Amino acid sequence: MNGDIQKLVNILLNGLTQGIVIAAFALALVLIFRSTRIINFAQGSQAMFTTYIALTLLNRDFPYWAAFAAALAAGFLIGALLERVVIRPLEGGMELNIVIATLGLYVAIQALAAILFGSDYQSFPSPVGVNGFQVGDTNLALTPTSIFILCTVGVVVVGLTLLFQKTQLGLTMRAAAFDGEVSRILGVKVSHLLTFGWALAGLVGAVAGILVASGQFIYPSYMETLIVFGFIAAVIGGLDSPVGAVVGGVLLGLVNSLVSGYVASGLVTLAAFVLLMVVLLLKPGGLFSSAKTRRV
Amino acid sequence: MSTDNTTTKRLLDLNLTRNLLISLAVLVLGVLLLESTDRYTNTQLSSLTYYAIAAIGLTALTGLNGQISLGHGALMAVGAYTTALMLDTETPLPFPVVALAAVVVTSVVGFVVGIGAARLHGPYLAGATLALAVALPSVALYFKGTFNGEVGLTVASPRPPEWFVSFIDAVSGEFATSSKYVAYLGLFCLIVALFFALNLRRSKIGRHWRAVRDQEVAAEIAGINLGRTRVQAFVISAAYAGLAGAVMAVVVRLAAPSAFTIVLSLSLLTAAVIGGLGSITGAFIGAAVLVFLPPWVTSLSTGSGLSDTQAAQMSPLIYGIVLVLVMLLAPGGVMGTVTTAWRRARLRRLHPATPTQKG
Amino acid sequence: MAHQTRPTRRSRRLVLGAALAASALVVAACGGGGDDGDSNDPGLTEDSIKIGGHFPLTGVAAPGYSEIPLGHKAYYDFVNANGGVGGRDIEFIAKDDGYNPAKTSEVVNELVLKDEVFAIVAGLGTPTHQAVTNFLNAEGVPDLTVSSGSLLWDDPEELPMTFGWQPDYESEGKVIGQYIAENMPDAKVGVFGQDDELGEDGTRGLKQFVEDQIVAEVKYVPGNTDVGPQIAELQKSGADVVVGFNVPSYTALSQLVSMKLNYKPTWFYTNVGSDSGLVGSLLEEFSQGAIKGTSPLAGVYTTTYMPQASEPDNEWTKLWQKVWDEYGDGSPLTNYKVYGMSQAFTLVDAMNRAGDDLSRESIVETFEKDGSELSGPNYVPFRYSEDRHAGIGGLKLVEIQADGTTADKTPVLQTDVGDAPIEEFTGDVGTPPESGIPGGE
Repeated sequence: MNGDIQKLVNILLNGLTQGIVIAAFALALVLIFRSTRIINFAQGSQAMFTTYIALTLLNRDFPYWAAFAAALAAGFLIGALLERVVIRPLEGGMELNIVIATLGLYVAIQALAAILFGSDYQSFPSPVGVNGFQVGDTNLALTPTSIFILCTVGVVVVGLTLLFQKTQLGLTMRAAAFDGEVSRILGVKVSHLLTFGWALAGLVGAVAGILVASGQFIYPSYMETLIVFGFIAAVIGGLDSPVGAVVGGVLLGLVNSLVSGYVASGLVTLAAFVLLMVVLLLKPGGLFSSAKTRRV
Repeated sequence: MSTDNTTTKRLLDLNLTRNLLISLAVLVLGVLLLESTDRYTNTQLSSLTYYAIAAIGLTALTGLNGQISLGHGALMAVGAYTTALMLDTETPLPFPVVALAAVVVTSVVGFVVGIGAARLHGPYLAGATLALAVALPSVALYFKGTFNGEVGLTVASPRPPEWFVSFIDAVSGEFATSSKYVAYLGLFCLIVALFFALNLRRSKIGRHWRAVRDQEVAAEIAGINLGRTRVQAFVISAAYAGLAGAVMAVVVRLAAPSAFTIVLSLSLLTAAVIGGLGSITGAFIGAAVLVFLPPWVTSLSTGSGLSDTQAAQMSPLIYGIVLVLVMLLAPGGVMGTVTTAWRRARLRRLHPATPTQKG
Repeated sequence: MAHQTRPTRRSRRLVLGAALAASALVVAACGGGGDDGDSNDPGLTEDSIKIGGHFPLTGVAAPGYSEIPLGHKAYYDFVNANGGVGGRDIEFIAKDDGYNPAKTSEVVNELVLKDEVFAIVAGLGTPTHQAVTNFLNAEGVPDLTVSSGSLLWDDPEELPMTFGWQPDYESEGKVIGQYIAENMPDAKVGVFGQDDELGEDGTRGLKQFVEDQIVAEVKYVPGNTDVGPQIAELQKSGADVVVGFNVPSYTALSQLVSMKLNYKPTWFYTNVGSDSGLVGSLLEEFSQGAIKGTSPLAGVYTTTYMPQASEPDNEWTKLWQKVWDEYGDGSPLTNYKVYGMSQAFTLVDAMNRAGDDLSRESIVETFEKDGSELSGPNYVPFRYSEDRHAGIGGLKLVEIQADGTTADKTPVLQTDVGDAPIEEFTGDVGTPPESGIPGGE
C-alpha cells in the first residue's frame, strides 16, 4: 500500500479506537445526566479506582475475567453508594452545588487512590495481544486489543439500548427522567431509579476505565484527559443522548487523531475546542439533543 | 418625576460614597495585615489577592448572572501572558498601565468567547468553557517563539519606587523588598476590583443580570436583551480574570502553561461556591480557603508523623472532603449560610413569639 | 428611604465583619515570625542542618519522579544514624508542587521563608524550577543539584547559587550522535522528541554528528498520550534507527505503539526515559512470543552516567540497596531512588568538606572549588568550577541485554556542550567508602 494511504488508514483506525473509548466514558456521563441533569465530575476517578481494584486482583493471580467482573461490580456499588450518601441529600438544591460536590469527590477519590495504591506506574494487561495486524506488507494500526475494545463498547451500547427501549425498568427510568413529579405520583420509586442510574453509570465508567488501561500504564491521574474529552464528546453529542455520546466520542477521536497526524500533536485540545464550538453554535444542545430551544 | 430623579441621584451618591468607604476600610485592613505578618504570610497574602480578584469576577458571573464557567483559569492565563510579554523589555511601562492592558486584552477574549457562550446553557456552557480551559494553554505551548513554550516567560522583579520605600519605612520601619511591593500591587488591584464589584452589584447592570438569571422569560418581556446581558457579564468577569492574571504574573514571576491547567479553573469555581455565590465577601473567604487550607493540612500531616508524600496526598484529600461537606451542610456557601442565619434571627426579633410587642 | 438603607448597613457590617474574621484567621495561621537572632545561617543549628526541595509528589508527573526525594530521605537517615555531618543531623523536607510552577513558587517560599531551610536541593523540573531560581539567588539561598538536564542551571553570572547535577541533554545527544555516525553510517535516523528543551537540546547535540542521516523528526507533547500518528510518521519515513528524547512513560508508549504497527527500528533512548527496570518490567506483560524473563527492551540503546539499580553486583548499587533496605519503605530499589541517593551522597560530601565552617557561602564555595573532586557514583567528574555550574560531564552508551543487564557499547566518554570534543575518560570511578559516607577528604 502506498505510504500516504497507509498513514491515513492508520490515523483513522487510531482515531476510531481512541474515539470508542472516549465514547464509553461519555456514555457514563450521559447516563447520569439523563436521569439527574448533573455532570458527574467524579466519574473519571470512580473508573480509575475500580481499575485499581481489578489490578489488585490481577496481581494476586485472579483470572482476567474475574478481575473485570469485580471492577464492574465495584463500579456499580460505588456509584450507588455515592448517590445515596452524597448526591441524594443535595437533590432539589442548586445544580451547581451538586457539580461542586462531584468535583470534591473527584479530588478526594484520586488522592485516596494515590494513598492506597501508590503513585507509581503500574502496567495493566490486556486479555489479548497488542501487536498490530499485518495485511501483506502493510501494518495496520489495529490490534486484537483494539478489536476487544470495539466489541466491548458495542456490547455495552447494545445492552443499554435494550435496557432503555425494551425493559420495563428502562422505560420507567426514561419516564422518571422526563418528569419525576408525575412518575412519583404514579407510584414509581423515583429515588430508587436515581440510585440505579448512578450505579449503572458507575458500571459503564468502570468498563471505560479498564478499556483505557488495557495494554497501558495506570497511575492515579491516568483518567484525567479522558474526563475532559469524555465531557466534550458528551456535550457534542447532546448530553441526554446515548447515541450522541457514541457519535460524539468517535467524532472527537477521529478529529484528534487527524489533527495529531496532519497538523501538530500540540493542537489537539484546540481542535477539540473548535469542534465543540462549531457544533454548539449550530446546535446549542448538541448534535442529537431532543430538547427544543425556547424562544421568547 | 423630578423628585424621583433627585432622590435617585442622592441614593447613587450615597451608594458610591459607601462603597468608597468600604474599599478604603479594606485597604487599611490590608496594609495592617501586610505590615504585621511575617514574610511568608505576606507571600500567601499576595497569592490571596489574585485568587480573590478572579473569584470576585467568577462569583459575579455565576452568582449574579447564572452562567457557569470552567474556563476562567485560561482567561487568567491571557492576562498573565499579556503582562509577561509587556514587561519583557528594557524599559517596561508602569504596572498600572500593563495591568490595564491585560484587562483590555482579556476582555476582548472574553467578548469573543462570550458571544459563543451566550447561546449556551448550564452544562453546555460548562463543557465549552472546560474545552477552552484545556485548549488555551496548549496554544501558548504551540507558539513557542512568542510564548517560550513549557518554560514560559519570566517576569523580572519590579523595583519598589522611592515613595513606596519611604511609605513602608514610615508605617513599619522595615525595608521594602520587591516582594512587598508586589504584595501591595496586588492589594491595590484587589481594592480597585472590590470597588467596581460593590458598585456593580447594586447598579442597574447588576439588577439586569439577576433578572436574566432568575426569570429569563420575564426579563426578556421587560425589554432586557438576554444575549447582550450574558455577553456583558462574561466580558466583565473576564476583565477580572485578566487583572488577576496580571497580578499573578508579577507575584509568581512567571507565566507558564503548567500554571494554568484545568485545576486552576476548578479551584476558582470551588472558591466562589464555598464562599457563597454572588457574594463578594464570599469570594474573599473562598480565596482564603484556597490559599491557606492546603499548606495548613500538609504541615498538620507532617506534624503528626506522616511522610512528606503522604502529607502531600492528604492535602487534596481533605480539600475534596471539605468541598463535599460544605455542599452537604452549607449549600449556600459560607456567606449564604451566614445570610440565612442572620435573616432568621432578624425575623425572630421582629416577630417574636410573645405578644407583648406592638402588633 | 428606609427600605434602601437597611441592607446597606447590614452588608457593610457583613463585609467588615467577615474581613476582620478573615484577618484573625490569617494572623492565627501565620507561624512565628522570622526570628533569626542566630548568627548562624538559617537552617543551621548546633545539631541540625535543614534542607528541602520541591518535587511532583502528586499529579501526572508523580510516577517515577516522586521517588527521588525518597532516595534522599533514606540516605540522610542512614547518615544521621552514623554520626550525621559534623555531628549535625540532616533534616530533609520534600514539598509537593504538582509540577505546577505557580505552586513551586509557593512551596519554595514556604521552605525559605517559613521553614527557613539552609539550602534548596534537587529541585525537580525545568519550568518548575525556573520559577524560583531568581528568588533563591536574590535571597542568597544555595540551590544545589537541580534535578533536570537543562542548561539553564549553568549560569554562574546570573545565578551564582544554582548548580546542575545530571549530564545535560545536549552532551548526551552528542554521544549518541557520534556512536550512530561511527557505527551506523548508512542508517536512516528518526528523532522522537519531547516538544521542549529535553527534545531540543538533545536533538541539537545529535545533529552535530548525524544531521545528514536524519529522515524524520517527530515531536510529542507530554499529556497527550496518543503517539500513534508520530510513530506512523517515523515508520513511513523508513527510519531504521530512532533516537528518543523523552520521559519514561513515552518510552513505554512508543514501544507499545511500535509493537502495534509492527515497526521495529533500532531504538536509542535518553537516560531520562530509559529506566530499564521500570519500563522493562512494565513492558514484560505485553511482549508477545518472547522468552519468559527476556527484557522487552532487549536491543535498545541508552546512556548511563552511573551504576544502575539493575547492576546488583556493583559496589555502589550494593551500598544503595543496603541503605534502602534499612531506611526505605520496603518497595523495590529503582533508578529514581538511586538518583536521589546519589545526589544526597554528593551533597553530604560537600557538607563534610565545608566542615565546621559550614555556611551558605562556604557550601557554594566548596562546590566551585572542589567541583570535579566531589565524590559520587558518577563515572565522569562534575564540571563545577567558578565559571561553570554544570553537573556530570560524561556518560557511556550501553545496549540493554535480554536479561535486563546492560552491555557497554562505548567506553566512558567525557564531553561538554557545543564544540567540546568527546573524549574517552580514563579516570578511576572509584568505589564508595566502607562507611558508605563520603569522608570529605
